[in-house]
Amino acid sequence: MNSSRRKFLKLAGMAALGITAGKYEKIFGLTGYSNTQHSQSVSKLRAMVIDIRKCLVEKGCTACISSCNKTHNVPNIDNTKHEIKWIWKEDYENVFLEKENHFLNEDFKHSEILILCNHCDNPPCVKVCPTKATWKREDGIVMMDWHRCIGCRYCMAACPYGSRSFNWISPRPFIENITKNFPTRTKGVVEKCTFCDERLARNQLPACVEACPQKCLLFGDLNDSKSEVRQVLANNFSIRRKPSLGTNPKIYYIV
Amino acid sequence: MIEHALKGTKSYWLWILSLSIIIFVGLLFYLEQLDYGLGLTGLNRDVTWGFYIAQLTFLVGVAASGVMVVLPYYLHNYKVFGKLTILGEFLAIASVAMCVLFVVVDVGQPYRMMNLFLYPSPESLLFWDTVVLSGYLVLNVIISRKVLDSERKSIPPPNWLKPIIIISIPWAISIHTVTAFLYSGLAARPFWMTAILAPRFLASAFASGPALLLVMCLVLKKITKFDPGKEAVQKLALIITYAMAANIFFILMELFTAFYSGIPEHLTHFQFLFVGLEGNTSLVPWMWISVVLGITALTCLFVPKLKQNENILFGICLAIFLSIWIDKGLGMVVTGFIPSPLGEVASYWPTIPELMISLGIWAIGFFIITVFYKVTLSLRRELLT
Repeated sequence: MNSSRRKFLKLAGMAALGITAGKYEKIFGLTGYSNTQHSQSVSKLRAMVIDIRKCLVEKGCTACISSCNKTHNVPNIDNTKHEIKWIWKEDYENVFLEKENHFLNEDFKHSEILILCNHCDNPPCVKVCPTKATWKREDGIVMMDWHRCIGCRYCMAACPYGSRSFNWISPRPFIENITKNFPTRTKGVVEKCTFCDERLARNQLPACVEACPQKCLLFGDLNDSKSEVRQVLANNFSIRRKPSLGTNPKIYYIV
Repeated sequence: MIEHALKGTKSYWLWILSLSIIIFVGLLFYLEQLDYGLGLTGLNRDVTWGFYIAQLTFLVGVAASGVMVVLPYYLHNYKVFGKLTILGEFLAIASVAMCVLFVVVDVGQPYRMMNLFLYPSPESLLFWDTVVLSGYLVLNVIISRKVLDSERKSIPPPNWLKPIIIISIPWAISIHTVTAFLYSGLAARPFWMTAILAPRFLASAFASGPALLLVMCLVLKKITKFDPGKEAVQKLALIITYAMAANIFFILMELFTAFYSGIPEHLTHFQFLFVGLEGNTSLVPWMWISVVLGITALTCLFVPKLKQNENILFGICLAIFLSIWIDKGLGMVVTGFIPSPLGEVASYWPTIPELMISLGIWAIGFFIITVFYKVTLSLRRELLT
């Protein structure tokens, strides 16, 4: 009884703090990135840089997308209403809605930009999940537990990037060749890119990064000032999707 | 007490039978949805919440509105509502039951719903919505049960019940506030992210709920010997008038900020609702019906002659209920998703199975109300004789 009371108090306390806690960190500027070289005490902060200049050279290239779909048993569903997408391409003007510019070159407006989960540092999807089926790891990866998800789709309503997909029907009949070492999903759960956490654990790069023939995708640690991603970001102009919402997305686009 | 529900006229049983058939059909469609997945509905990658969640939102309002008869009676000692409070509480119970069922049919993995309690997440508003809704259900079950019991024994309700009733008043406000917070805290959906959403929800709830209660009272007056009393009916109509006026005022506030500021991400949603967007005009006729019904009904309520005629008042209340149902039960949720965060103007319309499942749940609600009202009214008649 004692322990259950303590549990209750803990929960009540968390409840009171929970809703506001994340905010204070930001108000007091506590989420600043480390400027020192990666040390033991600072955990990694995974991020991706997409070099659009290079990526657009090879129009119609889908190496990264196919590799991801294959690796993760992403089904190929024709009905766009029920599609599952982890990494895919959308027109520039849709990806960067807030950068509306009528006189931009028509070709560029409709150029296809790669999008995937932004692995936000302040992820709205994590905040709303009623079962903690989606959460942020210490290294910044926004994870999914497909066995805990109840399929309420609150996370999809909360995601400002449309990065999440729901299994409206069973995905299994739509997977051509099942990759045995990665789970397939069931109907009724939400899924999305997890930065290839299973490959990172084996010291491999994410599948999309490895597959890109142009080396347009860079993956690395934002907390390490010597890392390639930090170097590239320091020396090039880059943009992010909807940074004004305070989600702090960790996919950077070099334009 | 339940035995009163087992004795009734032929038309009572016919009504019960029709409801049971609708429930059964809904259940069959739900089994099909369980088997095939939510792909059976019109929901899709862009519009991830639709008819089910909209019904939940609307019904939380109806549940909360019970407070509009409870508050004057218990807080202001307004005796005229004496016969109505328990009907308001039963309406609340039936509505919360429907709310729970609409959540169950909307989730993709209903078998895992216990995860809500196994992994409570206080940062999620859905956690709080579960807490306040179940609390409200418990409060109303205790209150109505005890009040009816006292009525049967012809004794005043026990003193310990009074604080519970008082608590139920702000609790009613809380259920609709938290439900509004589900939406208004999402930076991704500018249509919902407005501070006036909770006040607007409450205003529309306090018009639509009492309107439904009044419609049911007038029906009961026709088919049974129950009479809510002229004064109670007129007072309820007055409450509906104020709430509806506030509701329309709040909607105008929304329209002003969206249209005067002209910020596209706020504007486009209203355009979708009232004139259509990129050729998608699926909700436009509905929204204009809602506007016309709402404004006509409110205007009629301002005319004493019309308001005092109970037949016309019946029509007015139906119009208000329908107007708000279209606004909340059809437009509010879907429009948050159109256009999508990628500027996509998706389309959504509930499918036949989705509508049949929803109808089944509404029938369950009416079944519960029928049984509760039958017990109450039969009991009262028995006490008179």
